Amino acid sequence: MPKDSGIGASSKRREDVRFLTGAGNYTDDINVHGQTYVHFLRSDIAHGRIKSLDTSTAEAMPGVVKVFTGKDFEGVGGMPCGWEVTDKHGAPMQEPPHPILAQGKVRHVGDPIAAVVADSLEQARDAAEAIDVDIEELPAVIDMKAAAQDGATLVHDDLKNNVCYDWQLGETDDAKVNEVFANAAHVTTLDLVNNRLVANPMEPRVAVGEYKRGTDEYTLFTTSQNPHVIRLLMCAFVLGLPEHKVRVVAPDVGGGFGTKIFHYAEEAFCTFAAKACNRPVKWTSSRSEAFMSDAHGRDHVSKIELALDADNNFIGLRTNTFANLGAYLSTFSSSVPTWLHGTLMAGNYKTPVIQVNVKAMFTNTVPVDAYRGAGRPEATYQLERVVDKAARELGVDPIALRRQNFITQFPYDTPVALTYDTGNYNGTMDKLEAAADLAGFAARRAQSETKGKLRGLGINCYIEACGIAPSNIVGMLGARAGLYDAATVRVNATGSISVMVGAHSHGQGHETAFPQVVADMIGIDESMIEIVHGDTSKIPFGMGTYGSRSLAVCGSAMVKATEKVIDKAKKIAAHLLEASEADIELKDGQFSVAGTDKSVAWGDVTLTAYVPHNYPLEVEPGLEETAFYDPANFTFPSGAYACEVEVDPETGKVSIEAFTAADDFGNIVNPMIVDGQVHGGIGQGIGQALLENCAYDENGQLLSASFMDYAMPRADDVPFYGVDHSSQTPCTHNPLGVKGCGEAGAIGSPPAVVNAVLDALNSGGKAVDHIDMPVSPSRVWAAMNG
Amino acid sequence: MQLSDSRVIAAPRSKVWDSLLSAEVLKECVPGCQEMTGSIEDGFEATVVQKVGPVKATFKGVVSLSDLVALESVKLSGEGKGGAAGFAKGAADVTLSDAPEGTLLTYEVDARVGGKLAQLGGRVIDGVARKMADQFFENFQNAVEPQDASQPETSDEGEAGDEKKGWFKRVLGG
Repeated sequence: MPKDSGIGASSKRREDVRFLTGAGNYTDDINVHGQTYVHFLRSDIAHGRIKSLDTSTAEAMPGVVKVFTGKDFEGVGGMPCGWEVTDKHGAPMQEPPHPILAQGKVRHVGDPIAAVVADSLEQARDAAEAIDVDIEELPAVIDMKAAAQDGATLVHDDLKNNVCYDWQLGETDDAKVNEVFANAAHVTTLDLVNNRLVANPMEPRVAVGEYKRGTDEYTLFTTSQNPHVIRLLMCAFVLGLPEHKVRVVAPDVGGGFGTKIFHYAEEAFCTFAAKACNRPVKWTSSRSEAFMSDAHGRDHVSKIELALDADNNFIGLRTNTFANLGAYLSTFSSSVPTWLHGTLMAGNYKTPVIQVNVKAMFTNTVPVDAYRGAGRPEATYQLERVVDKAARELGVDPIALRRQNFITQFPYDTPVALTYDTGNYNGTMDKLEAAADLAGFAARRAQSETKGKLRGLGINCYIEACGIAPSNIVGMLGARAGLYDAATVRVNATGSISVMVGAHSHGQGHETAFPQVVADMIGIDESMIEIVHGDTSKIPFGMGTYGSRSLAVCGSAMVKATEKVIDKAKKIAAHLLEASEADIELKDGQFSVAGTDKSVAWGDVTLTAYVPHNYPLEVEPGLEETAFYDPANFTFPSGAYACEVEVDPETGKVSIEAFTAADDFGNIVNPMIVDGQVHGGIGQGIGQALLENCAYDENGQLLSASFMDYAMPRADDVPFYGVDHSSQTPCTHNPLGVKGCGEAGAIGSPPAVVNAVLDALNSGGKAVDHIDMPVSPSRVWAAMNG
Repeated sequence: MQLSDSRVIAAPRSKVWDSLLSAEVLKECVPGCQEMTGSIEDGFEATVVQKVGPVKATFKGVVSLSDLVALESVKLSGEGKGGAAGFAKGAADVTLSDAPEGTLLTYEVDARVGGKLAQLGGRVIDGVARKMADQFFENFQNAVEPQDASQPETSDEGEAGDEKKGWFKRVLGG
């Protein structure tokens, strides 16, 4: 029987009441008395030197409060990068400055040159058109391989070349890797592109900066997944403000997908300008602006080689990847193609020798950073595509080849720096085979053939490292931040509870799922618990939400704080019941003395804590506890996915007929929310596989900057999903045994879709090895017709 | 994008050449041209209204003539800034030669757009550039050939109904 409350119950998302009735409070809903509006003048060329910049006409236009240029920001810092990657020769990455407004040069279409603050948005826009800027156009650096050539035009004049770092993980001895490949019975090689994506959350980015002269206090309202991270970066590295004078609020946020993790120039601008203008300053991104100023995702070009012995055991893996960082280092961009990517190249397999090589490139494009999965989808795509190609070349069943090479003993130390604590890949594959009815595929294929369609089955396995992360480990790897989280459990006198959490909810359902945990621990109704998040003036210092970490890390902090509350409440209950604390048990919201019928209710104890008339002298009044939690390891969700497609051989059109996901997320708090997270992730993965592509021309013009050209998945592009998460190996090192589910769908689905399309084509006698994403009808048709 | 084409103009080479260098003729022939001032020697300043896909804008820019080889060839270059709409640049290498029916005019056009024009109009830019080049040389042919040619259409502004204008305004944020 499914539970109807607490851990394991599909409690309905309480936040949906406001989201679905138009009662949410998003950043753009926030308007501050006297506010002004800023419009950014952005570069419409990819690379150029600013020869002159004259704002005098604009400054004299109606309603204009002030026009800012790079000069106004010479006294403050630039946008920081939060992760220093060390290259394979031991040198730190090349880290060019990232100014708030252009200093002398523009480096991508969308790079902000000037900002007009005016009484109205229309006045700001009109005045921006009157800014006279003369830019000498320079050759644009767009292609990553060309950017790596000696003598290539430099994106940053002060760097020695366009390579941010040349990084390596795994086996460092090239000779040893070469020997493995030389002795292999079979080597499968694949060149592929992981297409550049734009996250496109439904809500564009917004920032409102406010400054109060009387108290010298700043408030920034912003669309962020991590308000404390923004406050720390902005105060310590950009504007040099004391943290205690700055409040950052991220209210309801309409989707993040990683792109709202980063500290953006517009946030620092609005905070800075609010003081400079002595009026609040608001910026709301248009959709066009979002395409050229939100950090993009993916954009890897890779070669992957898999070596197998005569028995089809994987004996070696080597990858060479060019990763596009864009024109500047975004907040966590350097970590994505390295520690969030190379470490996952073992996948679910016991390949003994692995070497990962990554060259990260500066180009005249929008900065690239984490997008749902962040490095892990790129790793999984390479690995699962090459495994699939190997199976086809060897004429073996792709599931059998995977099973043969699965890791089966845990804990398992990979050759690429991780220790998987637990997993059951064969068990999860069993669940997939049953849930997807793979035994019935042949009949479904025959049925499709009667309609003139080619049906294909694509299999994919994935592993991800979530719940980031142990601070001491990431610190050694170059992170300039700790990755713990925090929660404060504040029990009110009448027994209701406010839980202030460092995680931020922007679609994940924390406001519903987190109370389920606390309710279960105390034995009270979920409705007595409220989650508070997103405001640095209310919550403890937490690192926010990304990398499927909220429940595993912040949820663990919440459990620890709740345990402290319960311990203290037991002392009070013991006093009230005139019993020994050791004999007090808490069940269903009642404290009782073991072996007796004496009990006192939760609400009586909480009231006593705040009205301590009859109270133990050695115990402080009140009932409020905070805990910080730093994880001992990453968590390792894993899964097996099956995608069935039909390809129309006349047009190359691919339709997804079935998609089944079997995931091992460890323990699950709210199965319905987990289903929804998986659905959304698969939808985004299907978008990447079939539809989405961020395209630049050779001059660095962004060609896909609206929904006319950037194809987002729509309802009729995706099937009804089958989701099974009954394969559960609980995480061994956090108190809830949870692993994280937010990114799995986006990681596991693209290779499943592409593998399915290739299976379909090959079943129809078309010997096609690979098609790059998005697998559009024209690409499929071209591949089929040679 | 690049495109090339040719057309035969029923007029002697000297007349075609003179027309190519005439400010009045150029103004008449540049599609969407509202205003043009200047001279062959110093170049022209022009105001051109054009629509690319959903983006319609007024471009202010310069048109210049270079690489003049009398009666043989000339390069027409233009660059316009459309404010929030972005920019357009183009050059046409025009070559004249004798043909039985008059003069063979051959042209090679190289055109580029940037900013919002590229972002929103990228899909249709090739077609628009081709149409503009065709229109320019058709206007030119009509202007040069001594006949009862109908008045050249200077822009397709009339096609843009209120609904389209509304859409455009929204794209550019009013």
